[in-house]
Amino acid sequence: MIALLIRDLRLAFRAGGGFGLGLGFFLILAVLVPLGVGPDQTTLGLIAPGILWIGALLACLLSLDRLFALDFEDGSLDLLATSPIPLEGVVAIKALAHWLTTCLPLALAAPVLGILLNLPGPAYGALILSLLVGTPALSIIGAFGAALTVGLKRGGLLLSLLVLPLYVPTLVFGAQTVTRAAQGLDLTTPLLLLGGLTAGSVALLPFAAAFALRINLR
Amino acid sequence: MMPDLGAYATEIILAYSLSLTAIAVMILWIWARSRRVKRDLAALETRMNRKPHG
Amino acid sequence: MASLWEYANPVKFMKVSGWLMPVTAVIAGAMIVVGLIWGFFFTPDDFRQGSTVKIIFLHVPSALMAINAWAMMFIASLIWLIRRHHVSALAAKAAGPIGATMTMIALFTGAVWGQPMWGTWWVWDPRLTSFLILFLFYIGYIALWSAIEDPDTAADLTSVLCLVGSVFAVLSRYAAIFWNQGLHQGASLSMAPGTRMDWSYKGPLYICMIGFVFLFLALVLAGTRTEIRNRRIKALMIRERATA
Repeated sequence: MIALLIRDLRLAFRAGGGFGLGLGFFLILAVLVPLGVGPDQTTLGLIAPGILWIGALLACLLSLDRLFALDFEDGSLDLLATSPIPLEGVVAIKALAHWLTTCLPLALAAPVLGILLNLPGPAYGALILSLLVGTPALSIIGAFGAALTVGLKRGGLLLSLLVLPLYVPTLVFGAQTVTRAAQGLDLTTPLLLLGGLTAGSVALLPFAAAFALRINLR
Repeated sequence: MMPDLGAYATEIILAYSLSLTAIAVMILWIWARSRRVKRDLAALETRMNRKPHG
Repeated sequence: MASLWEYANPVKFMKVSGWLMPVTAVIAGAMIVVGLIWGFFFTPDDFRQGSTVKIIFLHVPSALMAINAWAMMFIASLIWLIRRHHVSALAAKAAGPIGATMTMIALFTGAVWGQPMWGTWWVWDPRLTSFLILFLFYIGYIALWSAIEDPDTAADLTSVLCLVGSVFAVLSRYAAIFWNQGLHQGASLSMAPGTRMDWSYKGPLYICMIGFVFLFLALVLAGTRTEIRNRRIKALMIRERATA
């Protein structure tokens, strides 16, 4: 399993692996939003938690369609399916690789973008924490969506259509955590709910995703 | 006969008309599709029955 | 329940639905017409909501069916995954667009109903928001069916999507309530905020609700019949190509 992880990580970091893509997109979004909404600091400060979370969510989405597709096309996925590692494990590892290469950098870069969006001071810690806790859910939910659409040519748009509604609870609890921190309110409830969501998704969705992959590999 | 809908007359009429139209469109679409498929199936079955293999 | 599974046989299903569908359609038509006319023309205005209370005769039944259509799709998807009855998978497929339309109607009418309270066309009230999210789930489900060519693969994948989607739809409902709490407490769109639901409303309302249930049944039966015929067309075309 570790070997699979290292292989996927190496593939992501290679040229053309799309490593910086998510970060680049995140940055662009943080620049576009003020340009679209206006430079008023108070407004920006109010919407910053939401924008940062949405940016992270969309950036996550970008690298999802490549999660299984490349291996599907060249037949490696068939090999992985018949290997001693259970397919559920393969899904989990790939989601982990996705998280490490896409979501983790986003979580770490977010405070910098928070400055651009005038995120209030008390919220910075909550921002990183909520992203660290919530993005694994995004990766695994995304993996499920990718497994559903792996057989489709140009399944990227459909993937987004399927995955974004599934992202709603995570988005709500994640952004609420940051907003409440910004307002000085207690953030334990949304944070715990976010954590529960991640835990539940990580525990159960690999099975659903593996099921979908097996169907597509038939 | 028409009740006085008062201040919200436009909105209520709008809601009712849009909803009833949506239902009508849905019924028509399902019915039209059903007719088309029935026709295609009948045509296909006659064509296949004419050939020696059933 | 052995007898119910007989209808999983497409031939039996076609026979039964052949008469059941027109019967349910007629009942649906009658109840909806009676219910709406009674409700629209013969009920008093609510002293708080004015005449907008008339919306409930469309809003409540459509909202009810929006949820129940998804619930039916959930059960049908489970039956397909466990027992591989094609009729079940096709019934779920047929129910999708119907449920989506019901959701859309629930959204229009819900938005209008909120007018007197909020004075705007749309408000991010938890109930309306949940229905909007549900609408997105319906769209995704319908899109996935259309995107996949092989019918059995499509049935399998859409079933898994429906199951996982159901969990997230419920979670989204709670998230929407949580999300809205910070704003106007208690300004959510509930069926009778302070309105006494007396019999002058209950009569037409229940009739409309039952009418919508029958409407859903009639349309799902019709849609499933079409899908079964479609499946037969595909099978025949393959055979035709093979013997040509």
